[in-house]
Amino acid sequence: MIRFSEVYKRYTNQHEALSGLSFELDKGEMAFLTGHSGAGKSTLLKLIALIERSSHGQVWVNNQNLTRLPKWKVPYYRRKIGLVFQDHNLLHDRTVFDNVALPLIIAGENHREIGRRVRAALDKVGLLGKERSLPIALSGGEQQRVGIARAVVNRPPVLLADEPTGNLDPELSREIMRLFEQFNQVGVTVFVATHDQDLINRMPYRQITLQQGRLA
Amino acid sequence: MLNLNVHNYFLRHMQVMLYSLGQLWRTPAATVMTILVIGIALAMPAGLYVLLKNVEEVSSQWDDASQISLFLHHATPDSRGKQLAEQLLTWPDINAVSYQSSQQSLDEFRALSGLDDLLNTLPKNPLPPVIIIQPTASQHEAEALSSLLDRLQNMQEVELAQLDMEWLQRLRTINETGERSITILAVLLSLSVLLVIGNTIRLAILNRQTEIRVIKLVGGTNAFVRRPFLYTGFWYGLLGGAIAWLTLLVTLLTINGPVNRLASLYDSQFVLQWLSGQMFIALPLFGTLLGVLGAWLAVGRHLDNIEPT
Repeated sequence: MIRFSEVYKRYTNQHEALSGLSFELDKGEMAFLTGHSGAGKSTLLKLIALIERSSHGQVWVNNQNLTRLPKWKVPYYRRKIGLVFQDHNLLHDRTVFDNVALPLIIAGENHREIGRRVRAALDKVGLLGKERSLPIALSGGEQQRVGIARAVVNRPPVLLADEPTGNLDPELSREIMRLFEQFNQVGVTVFVATHDQDLINRMPYRQITLQQGRLA
Repeated sequence: MLNLNVHNYFLRHMQVMLYSLGQLWRTPAATVMTILVIGIALAMPAGLYVLLKNVEEVSSQWDDASQISLFLHHATPDSRGKQLAEQLLTWPDINAVSYQSSQQSLDEFRALSGLDDLLNTLPKNPLPPVIIIQPTASQHEAEALSSLLDRLQNMQEVELAQLDMEWLQRLRTINETGERSITILAVLLSLSVLLVIGNTIRLAILNRQTEIRVIKLVGGTNAFVRRPFLYTGFWYGLLGGAIAWLTLLVTLLTINGPVNRLASLYDSQFVLQWLSGQMFIALPLFGTLLGVLGAWLAVGRHLDNIEPT
């Protein structure tokens, strides 16, 4: 599903974030991406989400060579990738419902379908009663779950998360991870970057560890 | 399925259209100020244009007034004068002639001026005999007229051939100058409307950088991001155009009374042309065009710089 082949990423300030990284993630697999801060975790996820492009080497996602993907196709590609962020990236002037509906509105879904799917996604993350609230009225854990609902609402085959539990206490973190497991169980490829070693050591999934831009 | 998509597409556009109107509604003070600036900037050239059209309307009433006064030498006897008049009538470029002897001229002057007593003290009639000529050529055919004028001037009996159109030509030239000035003014003010809208949209874009990044992260195309801003420009332009129309209407309403009184004092049939129908279409349409264009330019410049990081 996700394949890196000798990928280098060099930023303009000569800092090399990834150096010749190669790995593969199977379709329907769930894996963790670990490593110290600055090891290149975020860069790796950004390459998959096409927020950044590799300096050298090839990235394949869902049998698509991202290196060759023209700029105008990027939005359509991103619709097939669910993204979850540490700081949620919610729009604070819109309700929970509108936040979760955003990917569907962008994709041009019809009104009824949007309502149905948004409620299904909110139900899945346990926030069905909060659809009329503004994000600011929710706790950190609830905001993160809104972010997850938005990431999965258009049923992407790949779900990426960058430190999704970074600001949460252990109990809430476990809940979030259980959510990811549930999505994985219905066939979604899940890739979570985290440094919460205690939490993931208790889970039976592959860990890909980065050290200075290479596999450790 | 395609039908459904097209239906969805228009529905989305309507929603974005109303959404951007709602956004403007939420910041009434800023919106009103922007719209007023646009409205005044559009009303100025439009008002001057209406003024110009009215001046043209006034001058067109004198269109057929083109005539040449042929002042003959004092010594020319009446018989010669009448003969000359008949002779001139056979010229192909002369439409009509009328002869007025010096005595007739004096009588007319006496009647019009009321200077009866004073005129009686004159030792002899100071007024020359006159032939008034209606040329075939209209006033617009300046060359034909001036060639006719030359030929008339060179006739032996003629003291002075005077085209009574010169002042009208001057007025026309002034009109033309006015027209060009107004065009330049309109271009400059349109440019300023473009800049005002562009700048307002630029600020709106900067205010919503986070939102734009999030939209791009979840797969929003540039077209999707652009759309609400284009509609914002659309509303600014449309409402600004409406304000311009209202401004114009109020102005015309204010000056209509005095203008009509002025016209009746001059015994003129002149009625102020409002052009309100034309302007009602033209101003909002032009405003909308400028609005969308200004927004497009602003969005084009700034959208590419806002990418998710």
